[in-house]
Order: sequence, then C-alpha cells, then structure tokens
Amino acid sequence: MTANGWLQILVFFALVVAVTAPLGAYMFRVFEGRHQPLPRLLGPVERALYRLGGVDRTREQTWVEYTVALLVFSAAGVLVTYVLQRLQHVLPLNPQQLGAVEPTLAFNTAVSFGTNTNWQSYAGESTMSYLTQMAALAWHNFTSAAAGMGVALAVARGLTRRPGPDGAKTLGNFWVDLTRAIVYVLLPLSLVFALVLVSQGVLQNFAAYREVTTLEGAKQLLAMGPVASQEAIKELGTNGGGFFNANSAHPFENPTPFTNLIEMLLIFAIPAGLTFTYGRMARDQKQGWAIFAAMSALFFAGVAACYWAEAHGHNMEGKEQRFGIAASALFATVTTDASCGAVNAMHDSFTPLGGLVPLVNIALGEVIFGGVGAGLYGVLIFVVLTVFIAGLMVGRTPEYLGKKIEQREMKLAMLYILIFPLIILGLSAWASVVPYGVSSLNNGGPHGLSEILYAYTSGTGNNGSAFGGINANTRFWNTTLAVAMLFGRFFMMIPVLAIAGSMLNKKTVPPGPGTFPTNGVLFTALLLGVIVIVGALTFFPALSLGPVVEHFVAHGGKVY
Amino acid sequence: MATDKQVSLFDPSIMRRAVGDSFGKLHPRLLAKNPVMFVVGVGSVLTTALLIRDLVARSPEHAPLWFTSAVTVWLWFTVLFANFAEAVAEGRGKAQAASLRKMRQESTARRLIGGREESVPASQLRKGDEVVVEAGQLIPGDGEVIEGIASVDESAITGESAPVIRESGGDRSSVTGGTKVLSDRIVVRIGADPGQSFLDRMIALVEGASRQKTPNEIALHILLVGLTLVFLFACVTLVPLALYSEIKLSATVIVALLVCLIPTTIGGLLSAIGIAGMDRLLRKNVIAMSGRAVEAAGDVDVLLLDKTGTITLGNRMATELIPVEGVTLEELADSAQLASLADETPEGRSIVVLVKERHKLRGRNLHDLGAQFIPFSAHTRMSGCDLGARQIRKGAVEAVIAHVERHGGQVPVQIRRDADTIAAAGATPLAVSDGARILGIIELKDVVKSGIQERFARFRAMGIRTVMITGDNPRTAQAIAKEAGVDDFLAEATPEAKMRLIKDEQQKGKLVAMTGDGTNDAPALAQADVGVAMNSGTQAAKEAGNMVDLDSNPTKLLEVVEVGKQLLMTRGSLTTFSIANDVAKYFAILPAMFMGAFPDIAPLNVMHLASPFSAILSAVIFNALIIILLIPLALRGVKYRPLGAAHLLRRSLLVYGVGGVVAPFVGIKLIDLCLVAVGAV
Repeated sequence: MTANGWLQILVFFALVVAVTAPLGAYMFRVFEGRHQPLPRLLGPVERALYRLGGVDRTREQTWVEYTVALLVFSAAGVLVTYVLQRLQHVLPLNPQQLGAVEPTLAFNTAVSFGTNTNWQSYAGESTMSYLTQMAALAWHNFTSAAAGMGVALAVARGLTRRPGPDGAKTLGNFWVDLTRAIVYVLLPLSLVFALVLVSQGVLQNFAAYREVTTLEGAKQLLAMGPVASQEAIKELGTNGGGFFNANSAHPFENPTPFTNLIEMLLIFAIPAGLTFTYGRMARDQKQGWAIFAAMSALFFAGVAACYWAEAHGHNMEGKEQRFGIAASALFATVTTDASCGAVNAMHDSFTPLGGLVPLVNIALGEVIFGGVGAGLYGVLIFVVLTVFIAGLMVGRTPEYLGKKIEQREMKLAMLYILIFPLIILGLSAWASVVPYGVSSLNNGGPHGLSEILYAYTSGTGNNGSAFGGINANTRFWNTTLAVAMLFGRFFMMIPVLAIAGSMLNKKTVPPGPGTFPTNGVLFTALLLGVIVIVGALTFFPALSLGPVVEHFVAHGGKVY
Repeated sequence: MATDKQVSLFDPSIMRRAVGDSFGKLHPRLLAKNPVMFVVGVGSVLTTALLIRDLVARSPEHAPLWFTSAVTVWLWFTVLFANFAEAVAEGRGKAQAASLRKMRQESTARRLIGGREESVPASQLRKGDEVVVEAGQLIPGDGEVIEGIASVDESAITGESAPVIRESGGDRSSVTGGTKVLSDRIVVRIGADPGQSFLDRMIALVEGASRQKTPNEIALHILLVGLTLVFLFACVTLVPLALYSEIKLSATVIVALLVCLIPTTIGGLLSAIGIAGMDRLLRKNVIAMSGRAVEAAGDVDVLLLDKTGTITLGNRMATELIPVEGVTLEELADSAQLASLADETPEGRSIVVLVKERHKLRGRNLHDLGAQFIPFSAHTRMSGCDLGARQIRKGAVEAVIAHVERHGGQVPVQIRRDADTIAAAGATPLAVSDGARILGIIELKDVVKSGIQERFARFRAMGIRTVMITGDNPRTAQAIAKEAGVDDFLAEATPEAKMRLIKDEQQKGKLVAMTGDGTNDAPALAQADVGVAMNSGTQAAKEAGNMVDLDSNPTKLLEVVEVGKQLLMTRGSLTTFSIANDVAKYFAILPAMFMGAFPDIAPLNVMHLASPFSAILSAVIFNALIIILLIPLALRGVKYRPLGAAHLLRRSLLVYGVGGVVAPFVGIKLIDLCLVAVGAV
C-alpha cells in the first residue's frame, strides 16, 4: 500500500462527502418540495410526460397501488426489452447485422436490466444492436434506477410522515416519482457527465466497427458506438452494464484516471445523496448522517481490506496499468458496495481475500450506499432490525422515528432478510452439484465455488458484476440467474413497501430521554454490527468453503 | 401469598417438580409452541435415529459411535434445559397458586332468596346472587357490600394483618372471596360467576395457564424464527456446497451446527422471562391482568398521580402559628387549641397536636371548661367554641375577618399579608380570633411524603413525565408540585378533566399510566394504557384497571414500570447474547468440518481445540449449558438502572454483546479441555 494509493481513496471519499449534501438537498426539492427546481427548463417536460401518461400528479397512492404500478411498469419494460432483442435483426440501427438474441439470454438480459442488475451473460459488442443498446438497455438504465429511487422515497415517506387526525394512507405517486427522478435527476446529470466523458475520449457515434492496423502491422477491429451516453447513466443509476464486454476496463469506456474518478463518484453520488434527502424528510439531518456514517465505515473497511490484499500480493493480474492497484481495489469496492457492477479490473484475478471483499460487499445486502434507492431502503430494513434489538435493551418496546415496530413490521423485515440467502445459497448449492452447473466453470476447487457464489450473489443483490471465469451464457445459468435477479429485486421490494404502508399510519411518539436516539454514534455502531453479523452469520459457512479456504490453501502454495 | 414472597430462586420442591415437567413438555404439541426449540427437538430425533442406525449397522463412513451418542444426548439436554427453564418459572407461579387455592376452600354460603336464607355451596353462587356473611365467616365470592358495615380480615390476599372496613355504598364496598368477616353482618351481592372470581383469575395468571404471548414477545419470536430459517438454509445448503469440495458432511454434524447457530439461548428462555416478569410483579404484590400490561408499563411516558395519598400524606396539617403584632405566641396557641379541641377533622386534630408538641399545652376537655363547641358549617366557614363570653373562632381568613368586623374589631393589615404569603407557598391560612380581636394565623400545609422527590427524580431519569392531579386551586397545586418535584400538574381536576388529559397525551402518541381507587376513576383507569387499581378501591375500579395493587400503595407504579422495563431488557440482552455467541461457534465448528479436506485451514481453529469431534461436541455442550446458566438471569431479570437510553444501551451492549462474543470462546475451550482431561476425546 502506498501513500499515493491512500490519497486517491481519500480524495474520492472527500468528493463523495462533498456532493452528498447538495445533491441530497436538490433531490429533496425534486421529490418533496412544493416547487421543483428549474421550472422553466424541466417543468414543461415533466408536465408533458404527465399529459402523455394521463397521470394526475396530485393524486397519491396507497402502498398497494404504488407496488402494483411499480410491478406493472417493470414487467412491461422487461417484456418490451425481450421482444426488442428477439427482433433486433429486423429492426434498424444494426450496422453489424447482429442476429436475434437466443431466448434464455434475451430473458436473462431483459430481467437483468429491468431489475437494475445489468448482469451481462453476453458481450455487448458482439450481441446487441445499437437499437437494443439504446432503446432497450439504456431505457432500463434510467427507469430501473428511477423505480428504485421511488421505492426508497415511498419507504422514507412511510417512516417519516406523521399521520393527521384521520391518518395518512398514501405514500406518494409512483408515476410522479419515476418521472421526476428521470427528468430532474438522472437525465440532466447523465447529460452533463456524458459530455465530460466525451471530453476525455469516451466514444459517442453510430459508426460501424472500424478496422485499424496496429503499430506492429496487425489488423484489429475496433468496436464503436454511442458509448458516452450510456456510460454516465451506467454509473449514475448504479446499473453497471457495460457497452463493451470489458466494461469500465475498456479504454473507450473509461480512458483516463480522471474518468475513473468521475465514474466512481457517479456510482456513489445518488445513494449517498439519498441519505441526506432521507434526513431532511425525517426532519432531522442527523438521522441521514448516521446512516451515511455506517455506510462509510463499511466502505472503508472493504476498501482497506481489498487494497491491502491486492497490494500485499503485488497483484496486477487483470488490472489496467492506467489505474493501478489502489484505483482498481477502490473501483471494485465501490462498484460492489453500490450494486453497480461496472468493473475496471477482473475480480476473478484478485487474490482470494481481495476477491472476498467484493463478494462480501454484495452479500451484506447491497446496503453500503447500495443501489440507487435500493441502498437506502435496504439499509432501512437493517435499521428496523437494529432498533428492534436496541429498543428492547433499553427497556422499551422498539420504535423508530417515534413509530412502534411491531409484529407486522418484524414479519416483513424477516421476509426481506430471508429471501436473500434463500436464493443465493439455494441456487449456489444447486449449481455446485449438477453437471450443467459446474460445466460452465473455468476453474476448479474452491475458486470455482467462489465463482458460483459470486454469480448468484451478484444476481440476487442486483449488482451485476461478474467474477468472471464462468461461462454464464447457458440455458441453466441464464434462467437461474434471471430468477435470482427477479426475486432479489421484486420479492424484496414488496415487503419493503408493505413495511412502508404499515408504518405510515402509526402514531408518532415524541422522543424523550428514555427513547434510544437513532442519530448518534452508538446507533451507527450498532447498525454496523447488525449488518455485519446478519451477513456474516448467513454466508460465513458458504464463504469459508470458497475464498476463505482458497486463501489458506494458496498460502500452502496451491492455486486454482 | 404473603408467606410465599420469599421463595428462593431454586427452591428444592419447585426444582423437583420442574425436572419432571421438563420431560412432560417434550410432547410435540407443547414443543411446537416454541419454534426454535421445536427445531432442536426435530434435530434430536434425527440424531437419535442416526444413532439407532449406527447401533444396528456400523459403517466406517459414519461418524464414530461415541460422537453421535454424545451429540444426541446433549441435543436432548438442550431441549430439556429449555423446558426446565420454563417449568421453573411456572413452578414458582404454581407454588403461589397453591397457597391461593387453599383459600378457595369449599365453604357454604347463605344465599338470600326473596328474603329467605338458604345454604348453598359457594361454588354454586352466580353473579347477582345475594348472600349474608356474619362475623367469623368467609366471604364466599367477590362482590359488593349492599347492606351493612363490617371489619374484614383481608390478610390472605394482601398480607396486611390490620382489618379493613367494608361498607355498603361509596368507595369501600368491594369485598374479595376468601377473606374473613371479623365483626358485624353484611349482605354481599356476588359479582362474578364461578371460575371468574378474582382469586380464580389470579391462580390462572400465576400458573401461566391463561398466559398468552404478548405483542412484543410475538414480534421477537418472529425475529427468532426468521433467524432460525436463515441458519436452516445456511446449514442445509452447506451439504451440497461441501459435496462440491468432496466433503461428505454427516447429518449429525449438520444438526449440531444448526442447533448451535439458531438462537436457542433466547428461544429456550423466552417464555421463562415472560412468566418470571409477571411473577416479579406478584412478589411486589401487584397483579397484572395481562402480560401486555406489564410490557406497556415499560413504555410508559406519562404518569398521572393523585396528589392526596400519593404525593402528600393525605391531609393538611398545622405546621406553624403566626401571631399578629401585640399577641404572644402562647396566647395564639391557647386560643387555637380551644378552637380545635372538639374539632374532629384531621386539620383540627393536627392543630391540637401542634400546640401540644410545640407549646406544651395539654389537651383540655371543653365540657369541663363549660364551653360550647361551634361546629364548622359551610355557611360560616368557621368553627370554634364559646367559652363564657369569649367567642373563639378559627376559619377561612376572609370569614374570620368578616366575623371580627361584625363585632366592631380592628383588622391589622399584617393579617392579610401573612395570609397571602402562606397561600402563595401553597399552604392554607386559617385565622384565629377571640371576640373582636384577631390573634394570628395557623398555617395548614399539605405535607409531602418523605423520599417522594427522589422517586420522581428516578422517573425523570427513566424519561417518564410525572403529572400531579389535584382538586386544589392552581396556586396551591403549583407550590406542592414544586415541592414534590413533579413535572406538571392538573389543578381543579374533575374526572372529565382527568380523562381529557389522558386522551390528549395518548393523542400525542404517549403511553399513560395512572393509579386510582374510586368508582369515578374507573373510566380513566380503563382509558389509561396502564391502570393500577388499588385493592382497597371499588370493584368498578378494579375491573377497569389492568393491574391491581394489593398493598394499595400508589407509589408502587415506579416498581411496576421497572419490572416492565426489566422484562424487555432481559429479552433484548439475551437475544443479543444469543446471536453474538454464534461467532465463536462458527470458529469452533466450521474448521472442524472442513479440516479433513483442507488441512491448510488449521489457522482458523483459533481456539486450538483438540480434534474436530471434540470441537463440535464442545460447542454443542456449551450451547446446552448456557441455557441452564442463564436461568437465574432470566428469572431475576437484568438489573435496571434509571439511566438515559444511550447510556443503558452502551452498558448492555458491552455486557451482552461483547460479552456474548467472548464468553463462548472461553467456554468452548474450557469444555474442550475438560473433554480431553477426562479422556472422552
């Protein structure tokens, strides 16, 4: 580890801290403010979209209506994406004449983008036409991110709204949240940063692939395309699906250390900002910072461990020279903390412990800043659990923001907690003992198991990064991973929204000296403990057979 | 019951019965009530089946026979220990119930039907029946005195040996079955059907028979079941995942791992904690009608306390004599005594006591003096005596002034000033006059109970606001509130105002507790989240509240709140401890499981346990023993200190969180050493 490496990490984090408050405050105005920002410029766009969709923006929805709207919208998006892929050979904007996508792959990809996972069983440049990339995949990059933000906002409203005399029944309007997220947050920021990326040399064209002669005189086919416009939202929406197979390791996606910094910052920007937005909604900014602090601590633990493991082994395998070990370890930590899944180095080539960090980051439930929206609502579930145990220990029935946590919330929170390991461990166990599962592995032994675990963890956690070393484009893997992504997204969103619905109408008890404060250091520490313990206890046995064993065995001189 | 208050934590007779009960509770239907222990039970059955298989047909592939047997035995112990914990808690309740039952001996009641008496067994009395009870007889059932007055020995219920007066009408009309009439004759209207009496409900409650899981207990159960399922996935999927690495895990090992991981410590002790909470209240002579009420007590935000009897001693007492200029203190004292000698009100008596103690004036007899007593009337607002030509009066300052002026006397300016000063301090001034002369003022004060301020300070430290309820005017109320150290007061309180206050606080989301005894308290008691009725109170009050204090001591609320908090804290602490334990268990069991296939992972065996088998067995034994070791804590409850929430949490986390991580490392290592020492492994 070098001072320079740590400096890069600290500069990055300082930038994250710097954008959190302004972006969070901006988003508060967008979603909760009486008047949205930039009324001249974006107001007409917003209103036009409402007219187009027949949305009454003053009508709010109950949690059930909100959930139904979300599910219908997502299902429709997945369906359209599937159809576009299957028909891309007869549709325009296909200069490379790429054929129709195979059904299980098309299903996997449609689900993958619809769930904000962006797991890619395919190589973009050799599979997807420009139309598919732009209309189907980029569409989801915006909408799935916006949908995630919507759920986070709905939950935040459920927790922070104070019921009036006849109670509150609604927690926002899905269509309004969706539209505002796209119009006021995702589109403008993507536009600005796409231009920044172009200035650094990221491609943006519709040209056919270009054949060039290299300095040694060899022929090389250079993939082209509208990259920059996809790149910004890939990070900003914690999507992670690369235009190219090499993702952000590719020089046309991520050409310089500066773009690398920008891309990492974009990944954390909205999830970090939402903690601030949440604090404002809770009318106590410290509530947001307490969550931010817990996330930051986990981030630093991860990046320190990963950087240490990689630097200790002087491991440059699978890393780009222009980024080096520190920025690669940092990117790997950031992208897996935040359910983004973009990569600038091959996680498969990390040392066993270095590779364990991204895996653990995802396995903790994608709550270290987490996905756009998903990070906040995920961490709020852990907050509910934390408050439950802490509340008991101070001798009161548990409450959060003055609202009691009771049977129904515990039931739903446990459902949320249960679905995650059920899918990951269940599918991993299945894949590890059947020939059609293991035959996709390029590596044997514990490393092969790490690859399996990583794939399902990444899918269920809606991260989308791949450990690599696995040929996931088979019918078994495409289908099971699609199931993992679907369940990991929607079966976790539904209990979350249900909690929002049941918390919404609860009476608010004003805090007193007997109530346990959820905006201090102690709470942050406890929240950290709960996240780590729940994650560790769940996955430690499985992980110990994968990366942990691999680490010790590697010390004994055996590598896989 | 009073005799039973000192049941030791491990009374031998309770222990003996509990051991038997632990086996009785193995019945699947009973076990299924506790999902965590049910899983352990199923695991035990499974390993037992494996053991039988191994006994019948040995296979070198299976774990050694001694290992399977040892694990099986300890798994059964785990279930039995949890059952034992519950049985001990119930046993303590049952011991109390048994003494209560003795009171419910079959007695004969004298039922009145159409004015005629007939003898019927007490058990056949219905609600609404009227019975006659005379001196020396037991009251056959709960009810209300509708005729007569009697002194009743209620020591069987309250432990208080002094007899109490029960009379028809008013707030002292309620009687409890099983208590004994000592004098006179009363007619009682029975208020409960057989099996529904106060005594019956008490017996059912302390025995745990009618115990229902409380809301928070259910929520905690959900957490525990959820964790159990998570560990079930983790353990079951470990079999194929290990198979991938060519490790064949035996079912015994997987069951052992599962049982060690699932929260058996809290799962096994949860119901014992709940029962013990009710029991602790009972030991303080408070009967909670539901576990829910005990839980709510821990949450109370606002406490409503009646001034009289709770905060103050109950009656205003003379505390000071202030003569006007030109009058000696002795003269004032003499007249004050004369004016009060025949005054039987507590105030009057307190004046006589004061002058006797301070001014050595012995009591005299008005009759011997030939004086004529003038009793207090609402019209004159004075009392006193006429001694020959002397008209000695004491009374409200304005009334006395008017009286003096009527007799053409002078009113010194000082008198009004003194009166105002006294009133401003929350006390009551009484003026004393002799004929046309005003002699001075007697200060009557509400005397605040000693030690009450410390109690309120404790409440404040707990985050509970205290509100004093009084019929006094705001000025007096404020002075007393200040002296007693309550946070707020409601002056000139009417039952409606009290009710409104409760509803207002509840509207703000607060939980309100109050005590009460009168029939007019009943609606407020019912409305409050925690309503503690005094046993001396009316039947209506007792029905409306969700707790009854047998000692009729309003300050008992403090202890009720503490028990409620203790109950929740014990649950939270043991849950934390239980989960924290898992870290060490992983480090004991996982290396043991995989060491065969991957000898390189030996460094993970941080405890240096002797062998894989002893590692797993040690973890299982630790897991079982910890339940037994924590039974005293579960029954006694963790210690509650009135500290701020953050402070309290830090302390609990340190003890049960950090302690929970460290303890099993030590414990498992010790057990491993013992196993090696005795040559078991």
